[in-house]
Amino acid sequence: MDFSSLLLMRHEFVLTAILLLMIVGEIFVSEKNKKNLVFLGIILFAIHTAIGLLPLADGTLFGGMFKTTILTHFFKSVLNIGVLILLLQSGDWLRDKVAGQQKASEFFILIFSSLLGLYFMISAGDFLMFYIGLELSTLPITALAAYESLKQKSSESGVKLILSAALASGTSLFGITMMYATSGSLFFDAMTITASNLTILGFLMFFAGLAFKISLAPFHFWTADVYEGAPISVASYLSVISKGAAAFVLMILLFTLFRPLESIWINLMYGIALLTMFIGNLFAIRQQNLKRFLAFSSIAQAGFILLGLLSVDKLGATTIIYFIMIYVFSNLGAFGVVQAISNATGKENIDDYDGLYRTNPKLSLVMLLALFSLAGIPPVAGFFGKFFLFMAAASQGYYLLVFIGVVNVTIALYYYLLVVRAMFLRKSENSIPHFNSKPMMRLGLIITVLGILSLGLYSPLYEYIFEISNSIFKL
Amino acid sequence: MDFTYTILIPLIPLAVFLILGINALKIKENVAGIVGVGGLLASTILSFYTAFQYFFKVGKVDGVYQTFVEKTVWMNFTDTLAIDMGVLIDPISVMMLVVVSTISLMVHLYSRGYMHGDQGFTRFFAYLSLFSFSMYGLVLATNLFQIYIFWELVGVSSFLLIGYYYTKPSAVAASKKAFIVTRFADFGFLMGVLMIGYYTGTFDFMALNNPAALQDLSSPIMQYSGITFMGFSVITTALVLIFAGGAGKSAMFPLHIWLPDAMEGPTPVSALIHAATMVVAGVYLVARLFPMFYFVEDGIALQVVAYVGGFSSLFAALIALTQHDIKRILAFSTMSQIGYMMMALGISGYGGVEGLGFTASMFHLFTHAMFKALLFLGAGSVIHAVHSNVLQEMGGLRKYLPITHITFLIAALAIAGVPPFAGFFSKDEILAAAYESNRLLFWVEWTVAGLTAFYMFRLYFGIFWGKERVYKHTPHESPLSMTLPLMFLAIVSAVAGFVPFSQFVSPDLAGYTTHIHMNIAAMSVGVGVLGIAIAWIMYKKETDIADKISSAFGFLYKWTYNKFYFDEIYLFVTREIIFKRIAQPFAWFDKKIVDGTMNLIGNSTVDISKKIKGAQSGKVQDYAFAFVSGVVIMVMVFIYFMN
Repeated sequence: MDFSSLLLMRHEFVLTAILLLMIVGEIFVSEKNKKNLVFLGIILFAIHTAIGLLPLADGTLFGGMFKTTILTHFFKSVLNIGVLILLLQSGDWLRDKVAGQQKASEFFILIFSSLLGLYFMISAGDFLMFYIGLELSTLPITALAAYESLKQKSSESGVKLILSAALASGTSLFGITMMYATSGSLFFDAMTITASNLTILGFLMFFAGLAFKISLAPFHFWTADVYEGAPISVASYLSVISKGAAAFVLMILLFTLFRPLESIWINLMYGIALLTMFIGNLFAIRQQNLKRFLAFSSIAQAGFILLGLLSVDKLGATTIIYFIMIYVFSNLGAFGVVQAISNATGKENIDDYDGLYRTNPKLSLVMLLALFSLAGIPPVAGFFGKFFLFMAAASQGYYLLVFIGVVNVTIALYYYLLVVRAMFLRKSENSIPHFNSKPMMRLGLIITVLGILSLGLYSPLYEYIFEISNSIFKL
Repeated sequence: MDFTYTILIPLIPLAVFLILGINALKIKENVAGIVGVGGLLASTILSFYTAFQYFFKVGKVDGVYQTFVEKTVWMNFTDTLAIDMGVLIDPISVMMLVVVSTISLMVHLYSRGYMHGDQGFTRFFAYLSLFSFSMYGLVLATNLFQIYIFWELVGVSSFLLIGYYYTKPSAVAASKKAFIVTRFADFGFLMGVLMIGYYTGTFDFMALNNPAALQDLSSPIMQYSGITFMGFSVITTALVLIFAGGAGKSAMFPLHIWLPDAMEGPTPVSALIHAATMVVAGVYLVARLFPMFYFVEDGIALQVVAYVGGFSSLFAALIALTQHDIKRILAFSTMSQIGYMMMALGISGYGGVEGLGFTASMFHLFTHAMFKALLFLGAGSVIHAVHSNVLQEMGGLRKYLPITHITFLIAALAIAGVPPFAGFFSKDEILAAAYESNRLLFWVEWTVAGLTAFYMFRLYFGIFWGKERVYKHTPHESPLSMTLPLMFLAIVSAVAGFVPFSQFVSPDLAGYTTHIHMNIAAMSVGVGVLGIAIAWIMYKKETDIADKISSAFGFLYKWTYNKFYFDEIYLFVTREIIFKRIAQPFAWFDKKIVDGTMNLIGNSTVDISKKIKGAQSGKVQDYAFAFVSGVVIMVMVFIYFMN
């Protein structure tokens, strides 16, 4: 065997090495210096992210179980950048706030394991690899949701997540076995998908498991409770990284493996998109807690992603990837500000943000930018993301759905404005006092702001995705 | 000729916004004022230079004005559809540059006095700069996508400006209403843009507006025009949807409901946004796409524009009769006048003198911007002096506010269409155009002309004449920083009518010569003077005798006073018939039905969200149940029902 071909798994190998280093560090570093493991973890991950940006050849490993193309490679880098921002935003929390700071490295080990799972899920060439990736990405996160074990809500969140996740992945696995039964193979390339009842049943059950991860309605119920109880970093990871990756995988599978079932899943996506947008938005309107608020808003955002799936071509694929990238940065911006404020004051409600602009103008501007991007107001990136998704759906003639999508954008605008109004247009006697964010948090927020602005205004990024997204049809 | 430098016109206010916005807490009032006004002054000088260069240095080549486009490809969206960014210089964009610059500069100057001492002075100037940037960007856009971006940005900055008095809950509510309602209308615009992009394969105005391509059904632009959608060709449907977006921004019925509420914002903001610039964006949008509106399917979309405009102008004028808040009267008046412009566009033809409606619409946009901004700024000066918006709490102010009084009078005469003030010329052209092509709309607009004169002079007499009220402190004239813009705009409102507008602006870019249409002028002036006279009789009566004699037309008043029954008849006709039977039902309809429907949509959304909240019970068993049910339903639908 030619070992150089193992370089195709560069992302996975480097991340595994870092993961092991963190475990070794946990064992050998003295109690006093454990705080500094946070820096070690972030620096190592930054190096990993940088290495990940180097070009990588296309290829397959293990007889087709593992595949990498320019597109999966690119998307792993997107996830890396997202996780890096997330780590920067949680660095101070890990150093200063976590009960019993000995657990800092644990956080990194779990996050990295989950990310590794996502890598395998993205690169999977058969259902076995896929399922392992799916489980590996979920289980560490259930532990992380209960990370603040002294808080009752955090434990509750962990339990709810693991119970729901078990149900979802069980259903998914059952679906896979049924498809195996009809096609006789687990390899994507070797499977022949035909529209027989058993295959459709298998597909639907499999889809339910994935829909759980993307929190599409009606598989979304766990989302709000888990986000609310989990530490902000974990909620942020679930809503941005894990969801983004799952949406990406869903697109690849639908566009390639499940292409023969197109006439069925197009209708399915149509219905689920409708339901998800409305449910996410209608629930978001009344939330007071910002984590719950962002949970529902991110459900609605997932509904928009499905619009792009209706255009089964290069355009659809490009707009989805582009939207996910923008969503990663915008949502990380919003979660970052929530985290910064929660670290400094412990406040997490919309009312607490009254008059924030007068005391913390820069933080409010970051939040404004992030929320406008989520709401899709030009010239912030989110506008382009949504506009292009609508364009993709319209190109296939789904005007009614686009119209409903635009209605939902307006509903969403309403509740995003509630937060903007609190920050900019309201006055409060006891608004959050002025504070300075720590350097790591600042860096994290600056990167998100640059991302939000450049993704919208610097067009070569879009054109690059458009160019490489053809490779999806060659997987 | 190189017009690349025009890109600086929007960029300078953007730079000012960034400087003031990021350092809002550090920059002092004085500095903010100088930076804000200075930046806009630079843009204004550039705009005027552009106009000079375009109309006089370059002039017409082969009898038509050239269109200059400076653009770069911003993004290759698909292999065939590219999105550009750039500036487009043609007669209407240059005219709009002049309008936006002039009004915005005056408002900047005025705001230095009006907002003096306000806590958020710097913030206010930052928002003003953001607005100016967006408006310039909208005017100069080269394609539909670009204009849509700036369109939304204009909405954002107006949201910030209306909600500026954030201590006032009503202002905050109004700002949100304005933003959401216009966003609601922007649905249409967005859908229209998507459809145009998909079916014509381009967003570019130059490509879309090419008359030859529009008349050739096999051209790339029109190749899909045969496809029908909701009964019209897809292109017509797209145009109607785009017009819906324009109707939202320009407060056309039934999307006008945000405009009166938006009066909660600071008065200079109303002058800038709600009189002269943002609200005419819809008119500009239709004018921008005029060749498309005109040629596609023989202008069905244009008919919609005409009737919506005509109805809105009558509707708003009737409501304006019943209002007591002086800013609301002006708001409805704005809606009515914009209806005029829309109607004129809607009935216009394309080539040569046929294009009179188009020219007249743009002309009226130009003159209206000047005198309506003046009216708002004058109203601001009055509010500044008496600390109230309510007409009944004013009266006899002409002694205290001499400059405001004279300038307000000039503006009122201009809007009433009295020669030789600016409004007379533009209104005459609109009525002449309507007379030629659509008699029904002509008579509607003729009636509106009379109503306009009446309610404007009701306002004028109510504020400056009438019985003097007891004021908390003696009203005093505003400082020079506020009166200077008033005087400047008054001069413009008085003389702008003499600009030979049809030479510069026409749909086919060739220009032509117009003359005053004597019979129509006589009819419109007649009805205008009638309106003024009725207002005189009804509202000037409260003056005491000394004032009556001192007034040059005192004898006329005395004469009517003696013929008491005339007064009674007027009162009966206006109060009993026009007010109670016509205007009040309209106002009621507006408040209860139109406004109510919009509120109902909003409230029911919130209600539904309240009711379904219970589904999120917090119990994992319930969630598991929902999950399994979801799978079962999917299976039932896709295996049993659809297979």
